[in-house]
This record gives sequence, structure tokens and C-alpha cells, in this order.
Amino acid sequence: MIELISQHPFIAALLALLMLGLIFGATLGFGAVKFAVDGDPIVDQINAILPQTQCGQCGYPGCKPYAEAIANGDAINKCPPGGEAGIHELANLLDVEPIALDDEHGVEDIKKVAYIREDECIGCTKCIQACPIDAILGAAKLMHTVIVSECTGCDLCVEPCPVDCIDMIPVATGARAWKWDIPDRDPTHNANIIVTDNPNNKNGQAA
Amino acid sequence: MKKIWDVHGGIHPPENKSQSLSKAIVTAPIAPQLTLPLSQHIGAPAKAIVNIGDSVLKGQCIAEAVGPVSVPLHAPTSGTIVAIEQRTIPHASGLEDNCIVIESNGNDEWRERHPIADFRSLDKNMLIDIIRNAGISGMGGAGFPTSVKLDTRDDIAIDTLVLNATECEPYITADHSLMREYADDIATGVAILAKIIKPTKILFGIEDNKLDVVEGITAALAEHDFNTLTGLKTEAEVITFPTKYPSGGEKQLIQILTGKEVPSGGLPAELGIVCQNIGTAVAIKNAVCLDEPLISRITTVTGDAVNQPCNYEVLLGTPVEFLLAQSDYQANKSSRLIMGGPMMGFAVANTAVPIIKTTNCILAPTEQELPTPPPAQACIRCGMCAEACPASLLPQQLYWFAQGKELDKLEEHNIADCIECGACSYVCPSNIPLVQYYRASKVEIQQRKVDHQNAELAKERFEARQERLQRLEDEKIAARKARQAAAKLAAEQRGKEDERSVAVQAAVERVKAKKSQTETSTIPTATPVDSDDLVARAVAKRAAQQAEDAANPESKLIRAVESAQQRVTKSQARVVDAEASQDPNLAILKQAAEKAEAKLVATQQALNDFKEQNSAQE
Repeated sequence: MIELISQHPFIAALLALLMLGLIFGATLGFGAVKFAVDGDPIVDQINAILPQTQCGQCGYPGCKPYAEAIANGDAINKCPPGGEAGIHELANLLDVEPIALDDEHGVEDIKKVAYIREDECIGCTKCIQACPIDAILGAAKLMHTVIVSECTGCDLCVEPCPVDCIDMIPVATGARAWKWDIPDRDPTHNANIIVTDNPNNKNGQAA
Repeated sequence: MKKIWDVHGGIHPPENKSQSLSKAIVTAPIAPQLTLPLSQHIGAPAKAIVNIGDSVLKGQCIAEAVGPVSVPLHAPTSGTIVAIEQRTIPHASGLEDNCIVIESNGNDEWRERHPIADFRSLDKNMLIDIIRNAGISGMGGAGFPTSVKLDTRDDIAIDTLVLNATECEPYITADHSLMREYADDIATGVAILAKIIKPTKILFGIEDNKLDVVEGITAALAEHDFNTLTGLKTEAEVITFPTKYPSGGEKQLIQILTGKEVPSGGLPAELGIVCQNIGTAVAIKNAVCLDEPLISRITTVTGDAVNQPCNYEVLLGTPVEFLLAQSDYQANKSSRLIMGGPMMGFAVANTAVPIIKTTNCILAPTEQELPTPPPAQACIRCGMCAEACPASLLPQQLYWFAQGKELDKLEEHNIADCIECGACSYVCPSNIPLVQYYRASKVEIQQRKVDHQNAELAKERFEARQERLQRLEDEKIAARKARQAAAKLAAEQRGKEDERSVAVQAAVERVKAKKSQTETSTIPTATPVDSDDLVARAVAKRAAQQAEDAANPESKLIRAVESAQQRVTKSQARVVDAEASQDPNLAILKQAAEKAEAKLVATQQALNDFKEQNSAQE
């Protein structure tokens, strides 16, 4: 061995490098198979941000296809249900500038759910076939109804209904759904929400 | 004296408590109409179990709890249910919600009560059941169902019971007056809590602006033997500490009394601590010992716009305006009407809203007393808010993130730990309503969390649907293929069958041919023929003969000759027979034979004539 190295240093070095190459190559090859990532991770991350309404307003048949399109360079402002907040999140994730929502694909709206006027329903099952997330219950010639907690408000069931018995109604109104707003710069609008005592008052009290 | 700790930050706003403390607690008269919102607590709203027109007695349950985090509701006085409808509720939104409206009949007649002389005979679960059924939720402000808070998990040992008598917010004196006048009831309530929780330490926290009640409370607590109640060595201690807002916050009070900090996003129970308001303790005492549900509370009515500020023991559902009238309210002096204190309260939409379980104060300030805040100016990064924050947050940072709606950053900066005390807004020299930004952002974050959960659910359902559709499509294709294969197989088999059937057909035909051959040689009667067939055949035969006759008249004549010949032969044979057998009809037969012979001659003659005619024509 030592003799070989001293006699033919060039061949010995070549052999050593070859051996190392084989070992590392085998390790890398094994790792690539063993720890292979299924699917495209960036698509999944984008898909997690999209609102999953599956409404198709972006022009793609569902959120996943749009996520794939974004990963391939499509614009991030085609999702009205996601709105400004969604665009911001996508911009953060992809490290691009947030852009305004593209009007062509619709405008941001309050969350709505479908409601079937049940005594008008003729049981045609057209809406059931249209619902992308199976949120409508019913059978042929029997009344259908929407599972409110599952409905994403995608609007897709309204169009196919032959008797127009589906309404989109705003979800959760009333005191329980009410929330504080970011305060107005104009204090007269805030007078009834900001009750916190004011430092100016201290002077008033002292006087 | 027990060691006490300090919390970070805090402020010292003018207390303004003396105004409402000059008088003893006044029992407010019964309002003609009581409005009871179904949601006066945190959790699911109660469900009405009475109908319009029903008569109810004082203390009767009128709405039941829905689910575990909910409390029932009871009639505060006897009367009639006049409405179950949407009414303006005491809420920051000023919106309407479902309410039960009772018209009082003035009798204030109790339902049947079953007072328990000695609560010591009851065990933990029975006591918690009583508290749940009495509709008790936290009386300090948040309104969390008390039974849920007391029903601690078995795997967490609770060693400390903290009683919150801090009442750190300016103006409010409900707890102070309660301690002045109901020390014994509070102590009994504490004893019941001790029986339920079995703590080794009972810490009664009072700010040092209420030192006048310490003696009374200490004496009242001394009347109870906590060691036998808990079965442990239990120490009860009244602890006073320097007044500072907001030391009455649950987490802040626990830190002041025990030095332990409730972890971010955690509950005091994780530290082995349960904290209860003293108003809740009195409600528990009334529920357990007197069988009286939570139908009234102590509420402070104060502010410069009322001439007689004081504390009222008031029935729940009493309209704010009714209570204000008792205190000689000057509507023209009042700038706005606040429910709760000046720090954490909210302005109510109108004076008709009712007192609810969490209403500790009605504040009617003048414009001079609580002026409308001046316009907010730019943040100058002075850092006073960070110094004031009792949760050690960075309010100015949160403010920027809230403006930019950077929810992730807000979460990273622990906005969830904000107790919305308003100390930051109070100290801000630029008059920025900081706490409003955090309130809005917290809801936004919560909303986003819910949205993400829903999105995840929708995604699952969408994927499940796609999978199902794919499966159905696959099944359809598979079924079609199977059908095609089956059809092909069937066709092949049919081909084979055709060959076989050709062979069978041939055999049948052979047999038929054989049969017809034999039939011609056998007697026709051998085969059964029905009469219709015979007639038809005869008709056909005749028609054929006529047709033949028409075409060839000679044949008719020939046939006539033939038949006459036959008849002659037959009649002659008969005559021979008759001669042989000596038949009496012999003469007749002979005559017939002669006639037949004559006919034969006639026909032969006719035939000959015809032949001659023909030949002559030719």
C-alpha cells in the first residue's frame, strides 16, 4: 500500500479521490431518496394562506391551482376573499411588494353564507353538484339545505339554481360578532368608545 | 405581615371614590319593567324557557344554560313575561340582542326556597352544582361562569385561593361598600369556596385606600374554622398593598400577593391559584345558604351629573335610567353615560339599557370631569406607555404594528398578554387612544385564527370531494370497461351459438322433410285437422276448380263424365249386393242405377258435343 503510494503518487491520489467521490456520491444519492420532499413546499405554504373558499374568482379551479400558479409567477392580487390581508401575507411569504387587489377578479366583501329558501327548493341537486366543499345537504326531489358552519360563501351555488331560491346572507351579525375598530383620528368619533380618563382631566380636578 | 410584591408600571389616576361612599348601600325600588339580556356572561347565551304571557316568581329560572360554558338566568322579581325580543344591551357596540322582558307585579313574591342551614354537609360537586344553577358568573367585570372556574381539573392541585377586593378603578366603590356592610356574608362565601377548592392559603387582597374595612373582614374570617373546612392546615390572611391602577387585574393581583407570574397564554390554575371577586363570594353564599340565585348586585352610581351618588343594591334588568332617577340625575349636565369605570368601561348607547351581572358602576360624568379626548397627535416615542404597562409590553411598538395591521408582529410582541387596562392611553402625551388599537387588533388576530381554522376545514372538505369525484370517475371508467369486456365476451359466445343453432336448424329441417314424405303416403286423417281448416280447404279447392273450369271448359265435362261413371259403378255394385242379401230396397236401388246410367249417357253425350263443337271451330 505504502509502496504503491510512494511509487505512483499520482495514481494513488487519483484513486483516493475516486473512492471519496464514490462514498459521498452514494451518501447523497441515498439521502435524496430517503429524505425526498413530496410535492412543492412553497405551493403548500401559499395554499395555507389562501382562504380556501374554492370560489374560482381568480380564474383557477380552486385555491390549490392558484397556489401553483402563484408559485409559477402569477400575480398575488387575484383573490378577493383573501383581501388585502391575504395579499400582505403572500407578499411577506414571497418577499415581493404587496399590490392592490385586482378589480377584474372581484372586490373584497364581507363574509357571507349561502341560505336556501327551503320551501321554494325543488330538489334538483344542481347546487349540491356545484358546491366545491360538499356543504349542501339534500337528495333528488327532496329539500336541500346549507351547512352554515361549513359554507365558505363562494357563491358558486347561486348561479345553477333554476328557481333562484339561494340567497347569500352576511354571516354573524349582532353584538356577538361586533368588534372594536381601529380608532379614528377624529376624536369626536371615538368619544363613545374611549372612556379612559384623560391626563388633561387632572388639571381640571386640581383647579 | 406577609411579604408583597410589586407589578411593573401602573398609574395613579384620581380616585374619585369618596363621593359614592358617603352613604350606606341603598336598596333600589323595583322598576316596573326589567330587561334581562340572555347573554350577560362569557360563553354561550342562555336559552329562554318561558313564553310571553307566563307568570314568574322571584328567583324562578327563566333561561337555561346552553353547554358547559354558560349560566342560567332567573327572574329578579315576580311578574309577567311581556316580551322576548331584541333590545339594546349594555355593550360597547350599542347593538341589540335577545332579552327577556318582565313586567313586575309589585308583589316581589319568592318561589319556594330551600335554605341550607349548614353548607358543610355538602360536598364539592353538590356545591358547584348549586353555584351553576344559581346563574353565578364573575361579578368583577369579565363575567366568566364561576362554576367553570371552580371545577378545576383533578390533576392540578390548587393550593391558593385569592379573593379580589382590590377595586382599583377610579369612581367604583361597589366592592368597598360590600365589605363595609356584608363582611359576614363575604366570609361565609369564602368559607364555601374554601370547602370547594381546599386551599392551604387564602389571600384576601385589599388596596390600602380601603383600610377601614380590613378589621371587619379579618374578624369575619376569624369566625370560620378553615382547617376543618379543608381538612388541611389552612391560613386565611387579609393583605393590604399600595393603591395602584391596575393592581386589581387577576394576573397583577396574583403577582402582588404571591410573587408568581401567570405564564403568557396560561391560567392561574396552572400555578395552583384560583382567584374570585368578593361580589361573587357573596352571590355564592346567597345561593348556597339561602337558595337565592343571582338576581341582584351592588352597583355604584356616581359622577358629577348625579346629585346623590351612592351604591345601590339593584335587581338585574333594572333600566339604567330608573336607577339614575333615584340618584337625581341631571341629564343636561352629563356628557356621556359610562357603564363600568372610566378606564375600562364603555359608553352606553342609551339610558334604557339594563343593569346586568357585570355592571359594577354607572358613571355619569360632566364634560369638565371627563372631557372628550383631544385629537390624537403623532407618537413621539417618549416611552411613557412602556413604563406604565403592567404587562411589561411595548405599547408604542404594538401601536405601529396595529396601524400597519402586521398581525404576526403583534403576536410576536405578545399582544395577547395585554389586559386592556388603558394605562398606556392614560399616560400618552399625544392623546393616542392606544388601548383601542390593541382591542381592535386582538379581535383581528382572533378572527384570523378562526378564519385559518375554517380555511383548513374547507380545504379538507374540498380535497375529500375532489378525491370522491375522482374515485367515482374511475369507477365509471372501470364499469364501462367491464361492460365493454362483457359485451365482447357475449358477442363471441353468440357467434359460437350461431354455429350450433345452424346445425340444429339443419337437423330440424331434415326431420321435417322426412315427416312430409311419410305424410303424403299416409292417410290424411292420421293427422288431426280441425273443421275450419277442412272448410277452408274445400272452399279453396272449389275456387281452384272453378278457375280451372273457366280456363278449360272441357275438363269440367270430363270430370262430370268421370263422376257419373263412378256413380254408375257404385249403384250397380249396390244392386248386386242388394240382390245377394234380399234387400227390400232393391227396386229403388235398381231405379237409381238406371238413373245413374242415364246421367252417364247424358254427360258422355255433352262431352262428345263439346268436342265436336271444338273441332268444328278449329
